[in-house]
Amino acid sequence: MGLLMSPLLMLLLMTAFAIFGYVTAKARAVRLSGGDIRRLASLPGFYGQNAAYSVLIPGLGVFLAGSLLTRIAARQADTGVWQDLAQALPGLVPVLAVVAAALGLGYALLRTQPAFRSRVAAERWVLGLLIASASIAILTTVAIVFSMLFETVNFFSQYSWTEFLFGTTWAPDFRGNSSLGILPLLWGTLYISFVALLFAVPVGLFAAIYLSEYAGPKLRGIAKPLIEILAGIPTIVYGLFALVTVGPMIRDWLAQPLGLGTSGSSVLTAGLVMGVMLIPFVSSLSDDIINAVPQAMRDGSLGLGATKSETIRQVVIPAALPGIVGAVLLATSRAIGETMIVVLGAGAAAARLNEGIGEMVNPFEAMTTVTVKIVSQLTGDTDFAAPETLVAFALGLTLFVMTLGLNVLALYIVRKYREQYE
Amino acid sequence: MTDATAAAAASTAPAPRKGSLLVQDARTRKRNAAESRFKAYGLAAIAVGVIALVILVTSILGNGTSAFRQSYIALNVELPEAKLDKSGTRDLEVMKKVTTLTYGPLLAKGLQDAVDSLGIEIEGLTKKDVSGLISQEAAAQLRDRVLADPALVGQTVQITVLASGRIDGYYKGRTTLASAELDSNVSPAQLKLADALKQKGLLTTRFNAAFLTAPDASDQRPEAAGLGVAILGSAYMMIVVLVLALPIGVAASIYLEEFAPKNRWTDLIEVNISNLAAVPSIVFGILGLAIFINFAGLRASAPIVGGLVLTLMTLPTIIISTRAALKSVPPSIRDAALGVGASKMQAVFHHVLPLAAPGILTGTIIGLAQALGETAPLLLIGMVAFVREYPAAYSATDGLFGEPSTALPVQVYNWTQRADPAFFERASGAIIVLLVFLLIMNAVAIILRRRFERRW
Repeated sequence: MGLLMSPLLMLLLMTAFAIFGYVTAKARAVRLSGGDIRRLASLPGFYGQNAAYSVLIPGLGVFLAGSLLTRIAARQADTGVWQDLAQALPGLVPVLAVVAAALGLGYALLRTQPAFRSRVAAERWVLGLLIASASIAILTTVAIVFSMLFETVNFFSQYSWTEFLFGTTWAPDFRGNSSLGILPLLWGTLYISFVALLFAVPVGLFAAIYLSEYAGPKLRGIAKPLIEILAGIPTIVYGLFALVTVGPMIRDWLAQPLGLGTSGSSVLTAGLVMGVMLIPFVSSLSDDIINAVPQAMRDGSLGLGATKSETIRQVVIPAALPGIVGAVLLATSRAIGETMIVVLGAGAAAARLNEGIGEMVNPFEAMTTVTVKIVSQLTGDTDFAAPETLVAFALGLTLFVMTLGLNVLALYIVRKYREQYE
Repeated sequence: MTDATAAAAASTAPAPRKGSLLVQDARTRKRNAAESRFKAYGLAAIAVGVIALVILVTSILGNGTSAFRQSYIALNVELPEAKLDKSGTRDLEVMKKVTTLTYGPLLAKGLQDAVDSLGIEIEGLTKKDVSGLISQEAAAQLRDRVLADPALVGQTVQITVLASGRIDGYYKGRTTLASAELDSNVSPAQLKLADALKQKGLLTTRFNAAFLTAPDASDQRPEAAGLGVAILGSAYMMIVVLVLALPIGVAASIYLEEFAPKNRWTDLIEVNISNLAAVPSIVFGILGLAIFINFAGLRASAPIVGGLVLTLMTLPTIIISTRAALKSVPPSIRDAALGVGASKMQAVFHHVLPLAAPGILTGTIIGLAQALGETAPLLLIGMVAFVREYPAAYSATDGLFGEPSTALPVQVYNWTQRADPAFFERASGAIIVLLVFLLIMNAVAIILRRRFERRW
């Protein structure tokens, strides 16, 4: 039976079974038609297809679900019901799968009658597959929420939630007695995102304005793809760029001469590099939005004697403002969730909120973020019972809720804005 | 009307504009200046973007191209039977018990002999300095060679071995005579010896194919570290993503675009997909860790887990582009198919889908490229582990794609966390490899779009 559990063997078996079903059902349909297939409701092949789907989908479905259950049971084998399941399932699952496939075949053959509209039946199976595929999106979201929710609840049973949400120090210690306040991490996250947006929004917006309002087709044809290349570069590349090039440059030319810091990784390093990453994001979204502003509005303004820049500032931008705000919100969500740039560029030390405002806002100071701490608490040898590990799930949930809120708000604003001009 | 009121009226009425159309007045000049300033800001913004791209690319290329060149030392090494095969039977099992510790001194002696016979004399050069020129990896290399061909024992063989990382760095500008003074791992005498060897043609710097094929190496041997395992792991994950994400993504898009009734459930799916596209990638890593590893019991660092996580991440991208491709097929195609008696399913699968295929493929390739460069979620599912064994695609104990592996972008991260600066060069080199793969994928996508996309 252990051999039968092999997915590859099962797949082969089911395929053979399905081919057998196809051939038999098709032959049966032809036979029942008495040699004149015009008497059949559908072409003979559809009877075969229906039979094949009736074998494959229940058979493989049962096998997949059963295998999953087996794995879970094997993991939870210490408790009563699970233990029984863990012993019984490995033998039972292949049998159940074959039985399901056989039942499917029997039912399909039983229904193979001249009046049976097998095309409709076969297509219903396909539609079922399509719906199942589409539902994976929902399943993913549910899995994301639950995977974090369970461990977060677990975390809060070991660590007070008020201290997590309102604590001003972050000092995890795997020997116990850690301070796991999220505020320093949130401050770092928001500060770095703010620096990034401070760079990316003006640059991205002006680039979009120039490309959509001033640039000729030639410049547009060159500059737009070049800027969009920035969006295709993996974030690890930006991270390395921050670590190897930008960090030392800022340290040697700005931080040390000014006497404000000695570290290569800093808020400014991570913020600037993240800003570069966000430029194409802001510019291509704003470009779309600016292009959606009706030409009539521009013509009206130009006709009254306004210059082109006055038209843009006083007519186009105000009209596009909701969409631009949406784009900036999406960029913010991207900045908050960005990981590799801050892991390599921002440093691992949490912001020290208790040491005065100067320490807090010095952009040359290394500062860490929520995402960096998720990575550092969950990589390496981790003990999934310790609050120092579990806190990562609480951080993840916080991150998910924040970005989800921003995304929903942004999508809502952008959609509302589109409707206005359609 | 008196003169006084007339004068008052005249003073409140705007004075007629003087001047000519050919000469701009102050206000017009100001407005025009504002106009050109505004335009300059726009140009400056574009310049900033393009310059950032140029700096980024040149910095990576500048740091990384040297990873593709490596210094090697050619040696004649004696392989005495007394040390390597005491039994004299050439039995592999017995010979395997001889460790690299025995092979190391043989190499050192080989190099020392070469130095002596060439008559190179350098002040302050110790025996340890000479052997330090050779990479620690070389002993393993020699051992592998002997084990592959036991007949070599007792002979003198010529072998080309890696020079140590610092010596290699000397020819790449990382190590200098001044920095060697302060460095406990290399002495100026060694660098002078290296120069002498280079002059005699024993030490050469050439293309380093091992960088693409060799597995990772430990902290002390940056010169031996390669991308073999990482490239293999990334390839496995791309296969998983392609096999899962393409059919599921296309099926989901067909349902949403062609069949879905307008109801709550479909709305929910739509909102979910657009949100998933914007969820931070690290959240998918947490999902992978909690569900695939901790709950379902799959092995950490396995390409199958990485592939599954990346599949979930790429699905929204593929769905969005596939839907756009389906939408661009004109309704007349569907109407014609339905008109000659096709079912809706037949119309979609026989006519709409083939016409949308180029767009779908383009979107899929772009999704794959995105997945190839993704790092953060893979860190959480343990792909940072140090792996030296090439993972097999299938093994009886670990199943399909179940053996531990790393991935290209994770290898980059891994190398940035090492102490030796030689690893930074390797990391930049790995980035170049990654970017070349991405460039190829995007080029294929663009060519597909140019050649096959139809405009209706």
